Amino acid sequence: MLDQRVIRTLEEIVGPENITTHPTDMLCYSYDATQQSFLPDAVIFPADTEQISLIMKLANVENVPVYPRGAGSGFTGGSLPLSGGIVLVTSRMDQILEIDEDNLVARVQPGVVTEHFQQAVEKLGLFYPPDPASLKFSTLGGNAAECAGGPRCVKYGVTKDYIIGLEVVTPQGDIIRTGGTTMKGVVGYDLTKLMVGSEGTLGIMTELIIKLLPLPEAKKTMLIMFDSIDGAAQAVSAIIRGKIIPTTLEFMDAATIECVRKATDLDVPATAKAVLIVEVDGEAQVLDRHTARISEIVQPLGVVETRIAQTPAQSEELWKVRRSVSASLRNVNPDKFNEDICVPRSKVPDMIRRVDEISKRYSIPIVNFGHAGDGNIHVNIMVDRKKEGELEKAESAIKDVFSATLELGGTMSGEHGVGNTKAPYIYMELDPAAVAYMQTIKNALDPKNILNPGKILLEQPIELA
Amino acid sequence: MSKHKPARAHTTLDKPKGTGRHKTLEDFRQQIDACVKCGACQAHCAVYKAMKRESTVARGKIAIAHALLDKQAPVDKRFVLDMSQCLLCGSCHDKCPNLVPTDEIVMAARREIAERQGLSSFGKALTGVIKRPKLMNLLAKSGGKFEKVIFRKVPDHSGLRLRFPVPFIAKDRYIPEITPKPFRERVPEYIPARCDNDTKPLSAFFTGCMINFTYPEIGEALVKIFRFLDLPLWIPPNQGCCGLPAHAAGDAATVDQLANANVSAFGARSVATVITACASCNAGIGKHYRAMEGEYAELGKQAEDVLVFLVRQGLVEKLRALPQVETSTRVTYHDPCHLRTQGITAEPRALLQATPGIEFVEMEGADRCCGLGGTFSVYHYDTSRTIGARKADGIKSSAAKLVASACPGCIMQLQDSINHAGLKQRACHVLELIAQALPSVED
Repeated sequence: MLDQRVIRTLEEIVGPENITTHPTDMLCYSYDATQQSFLPDAVIFPADTEQISLIMKLANVENVPVYPRGAGSGFTGGSLPLSGGIVLVTSRMDQILEIDEDNLVARVQPGVVTEHFQQAVEKLGLFYPPDPASLKFSTLGGNAAECAGGPRCVKYGVTKDYIIGLEVVTPQGDIIRTGGTTMKGVVGYDLTKLMVGSEGTLGIMTELIIKLLPLPEAKKTMLIMFDSIDGAAQAVSAIIRGKIIPTTLEFMDAATIECVRKATDLDVPATAKAVLIVEVDGEAQVLDRHTARISEIVQPLGVVETRIAQTPAQSEELWKVRRSVSASLRNVNPDKFNEDICVPRSKVPDMIRRVDEISKRYSIPIVNFGHAGDGNIHVNIMVDRKKEGELEKAESAIKDVFSATLELGGTMSGEHGVGNTKAPYIYMELDPAAVAYMQTIKNALDPKNILNPGKILLEQPIELA
Repeated sequence: MSKHKPARAHTTLDKPKGTGRHKTLEDFRQQIDACVKCGACQAHCAVYKAMKRESTVARGKIAIAHALLDKQAPVDKRFVLDMSQCLLCGSCHDKCPNLVPTDEIVMAARREIAERQGLSSFGKALTGVIKRPKLMNLLAKSGGKFEKVIFRKVPDHSGLRLRFPVPFIAKDRYIPEITPKPFRERVPEYIPARCDNDTKPLSAFFTGCMINFTYPEIGEALVKIFRFLDLPLWIPPNQGCCGLPAHAAGDAATVDQLANANVSAFGARSVATVITACASCNAGIGKHYRAMEGEYAELGKQAEDVLVFLVRQGLVEKLRALPQVETSTRVTYHDPCHLRTQGITAEPRALLQATPGIEFVEMEGADRCCGLGGTFSVYHYDTSRTIGARKADGIKSSAAKLVASACPGCIMQLQDSINHAGLKQRACHVLELIAQALPSVED
């Protein structure tokens, strides 16, 4: 579909070996973790900011959509080429440019894999807390575009709390810098915060300036099993009320435990109907006190068993349980709609009850797990696409989940973003004026709707009655 | 009468051999469908890390295989290339949340290619030789001279350079010498225990091609350790290649022939264990024979890595009981994928730590694939070298003098990476280091 002339120009920009139009490659860059598939016309692997700038300028002249892509591991379709065009992959821009130990900041390219960055700073006794479940393969650029979260956010905050400056190629191909390396800075609009979480619709991040913390001296992980989901949910509030903010406070419901049990060799007694994974960090000598206090707080809430990891290897074992959840859900049904709603944490028990009602209403299994500490619950609606009527039922159930979330004062996405999968629903959460405000920003910066069209905002806005 | 008496010749020799034991791509449809495209395999694929292209990682290969099954994509040159870009290390399979066996799916795809197009030339060149160990014997027997003829005088593109199951292509590649006297000719077929031979369980040693033809010292080290432990050992004379290279080349018929020969060779005595000292052979006769079912599976179930066997025999404690030595050599360990993906990582380390004269250190990235992948390094030597170079970084910073491993293939590739990085380390087998530390045993 792309004009040969355009492809030749792109070849001149990045070199012929860094662009492909082969059908196999189109297939391989058509999907992400949502399992949707849209074929692009070309996939391009730029080496630097200047090349990306030239690509965007050309795309504007030629009216070709461009979709930035990191590891293609997003859960809402953020990197998918919905209407053909060019997928722009950041995999060649994978260098850590600087780690500044005096100022506790780092400069990186967008294609750096999050775990590689964490390992590099941890070698120097520094710490980059955001830890999405995909951290072993997802990129910092992708994490920033979606404003990824993770278990540690309950104590340390999300990706946007650590990105303090950017280099960005705008939708029309200009190169701008936002923020900087200082902790303070109030000159002009905070474009850094605007960019982080904008899902690649307002610009392509080509360099990120990241704030670092000192690495906590030690951590301790505990796995607490409860005889009911209510007990686990109440435990979350009780721990926070006890004035302890754990690094993480993850929960898994009975259906999740069952999935993981089948997919791994997890040893959990049948009486455990919910699990909390609690981690505390800080100075080594206070951690035992914290874990003891937590055990004491949760004891009256129906604890079946508590396991406390004594070594990093044991801790990793406990975490493996949590990390294997997302993809092990196929044991319930082949297809899942994974929503990552977020409610005020005191409302977690109410939300779980509401989800349970919805599950019964539509007779669809719904598996819940996630970051209970910050009220971010992964609600997985499990269906079989091949069965008639299942998709429609799932769609209604999703709507009901969103309604319940909003009624409880929450938001329909805590960390996965909107992408194309949630774009039709944003009107449920945002008032029309707020959507119009966003649309105005998008139109002004990207008048031809070249950069990642169809994400967050629908290409054809819904006509409101 | 000895418990280890030869049994009746194995009956499978007389039976016509069945076909269709090898799974087709279609057989894997359910597993292919189980890929949820999460992308986790990107973290574990050495080829992807070197090439950074989606078609090289498991998720991409599964998408391509799926398209082929649904007749949305042809078996063309590109498909052959994509399916060749796999080390078959199984790391993606091991780490996949849904345990999608991409390594097996790639092998099925290669069989599909071989079937649809007739054997590709590399497959023929490679498997044509290794299925006939006698020819290899002949070549090897011609000795160092022959080796020089083959590897120095033969033009770069000659098919002769492919006539070995290990990659000998690149001019500057480290190649172990082909021994004029293969291992199996150096030792007796049966080595009884000195005491209580009849009550001790008999082990059969599957040597594999590389130990037999290029690293006989590994086999000799194994024999010395068995003598030290005073355990009986049988080295079946008619054994051949495990078939892994043929598997990798999609040559199902050759795999069958080799497997049949091995089943016969090992069926001649009843044994407690079939030990391997090559991680790849362990996968070849273990994992893959088990998947082939029937009498192959029976042999496959008996396969055990020698280091696991030795730990089971209490060698760690016996090594600790040896007199300590003053000076020690710093040694690190590389995990062969074919052991690591079976969860065999503790045993080699425990043995090294217990061996007198060894100061064991971990290196960074010990669990990363060395980049050999059998024929992979023949056809994708540049990528293979990129992967190997990363390995060399870890070796260098470990400051170890020796890099021990448990697979002759890895040892060859590690030495190649070490040489290219301009380092001085030597790669060797864990067994060699143990054997060196043992007192000599009187017969």
